[in-house]
Amino acid sequence: MSVIDKLVARSRRRSPWLFRLNAGGCNGCDIEFSACLSPRYDVEQTGALLVGSARHADILCVTGPVTRGSLAALETIFAQMGDPKAVVAVGNCPATCDVFAGSPVIAGPLDGLVPVDVFVPGCPPRPGDIIEGIARAVAALPAKGARGGKRDAKRKRGAGKKT
Amino acid sequence: MNAGRALVGLLVFPGLLYALPAAWLMLWIERKARARMQGRIGPPFYQPFFDFVKLMAKRTVPLAPFDAILAAGLPILAGSSLLVALGLLPVLSGPGGFAGDVILLVALLEVPGLAAVLAGFASRSIFGQLGGAREAVLSVVSSVPFLGAVVALAISARSLRLVEVASGPAAAVRWPAVIALVLCLPLKLRINPFSLVNAEQEIYAGPLTEYAGPKLALWELVHGMEWVAWTGLAACFGLPLRSGRPARDIALMIAGSFLLVVLLAVAAAGTARLKVRQAGLFYWSWGLGLTLLALVLAVIPRGGGGG
Repeated sequence: MSVIDKLVARSRRRSPWLFRLNAGGCNGCDIEFSACLSPRYDVEQTGALLVGSARHADILCVTGPVTRGSLAALETIFAQMGDPKAVVAVGNCPATCDVFAGSPVIAGPLDGLVPVDVFVPGCPPRPGDIIEGIARAVAALPAKGARGGKRDAKRKRGAGKKT
Repeated sequence: MNAGRALVGLLVFPGLLYALPAAWLMLWIERKARARMQGRIGPPFYQPFFDFVKLMAKRTVPLAPFDAILAAGLPILAGSSLLVALGLLPVLSGPGGFAGDVILLVALLEVPGLAAVLAGFASRSIFGQLGGAREAVLSVVSSVPFLGAVVALAISARSLRLVEVASGPAAAVRWPAVIALVLCLPLKLRINPFSLVNAEQEIYAGPLTEYAGPKLALWELVHGMEWVAWTGLAACFGLPLRSGRPARDIALMIAGSFLLVVLLAVAAAGTARLKVRQAGLFYWSWGLGLTLLALVLAVIPRGGGGG
């Protein structure tokens, strides 16, 4: 690995920009996610930054069971994010749809729609667990970048079939 | 103008060699000051550098050829203008600059704002266009007090050479003009309470909403260089530089710039975002009032003294 590759890999680990999407959740996970940015947890000291545009983000944090109404937004936002990128499923809902499972208005769970890198279980999960999930997703970013876009392209094709 | 000295100004100090690390450091100070004001620890000092490298290495969706040229060309144009503007800053004494360089400096400092407007509209995003429109309106709002302050300094110094404009004015003119100039900085740098242009969570990232990867990295760098250029300009006009001792002048200019960054960042962290109308009222009252005072004080002695 050249010096530049090492620098890029280190930069990806030290600079995860987050984008949060509520895909039909009850807002409980979003409140816990917001706590990660508060003085008590201060995720920014790890270099993380909550950004307003999905195009700027490296990590997509999804809360909620993914309703049919939010499916198009999820797909658009995932496609707008540049590679390498990672997806963190925050809470039980994106992982299993939880109490909403079987509802006709639910398109989830999330891993059937977009490739999920990290699941953070809990209803809602504690902020410390969300930060740990983000850290695990961050650790996967340099490897994704080093392998090129083939893996992500394959995943996207797979995600397209499922939808 | 001495070509060698101009080249050193452009490439070494206060140009590229100083501006690049200073830009990243000032961006960090802004984030760190905000974090500390909110009771957080905040990012480490190398954060803006790692952000830049990460963005440069990020793969993005390919654009149409013309869009790609425009998207990459605008931040390069803005950065180049800022670099030349930095090279013109009158930090050291001696026969630097040329007649009329103050006009060139003012024009160059307005280019990044214009590039941001174009970037917003060229992105064809509703949020980009909103941000671009806000930038255009607020640029006019802040440019009147800024230009008035520079004109007052030039009238008082009776010159359009930057070195003389920075050194010559009477203290009675200098202070209202420099305060008016400092008041313009939050708007020029798009920070609170005048962060309407890139109001996060409101219009996402304003003109830069659709930008990603290397092009966004360049815009981030341009924003850092804007900090260096505007605070450097305020330091050059407000501090007693050009003493003939280069080390002392350079140290004083750097210290003044960074002190201003800290003050602006703390003020930004302690204030909430104002509306366009409120921002306009602020600049048309306080900014313009101070500028008019400076202009009157600059003109009266000239009229009274016969010349």
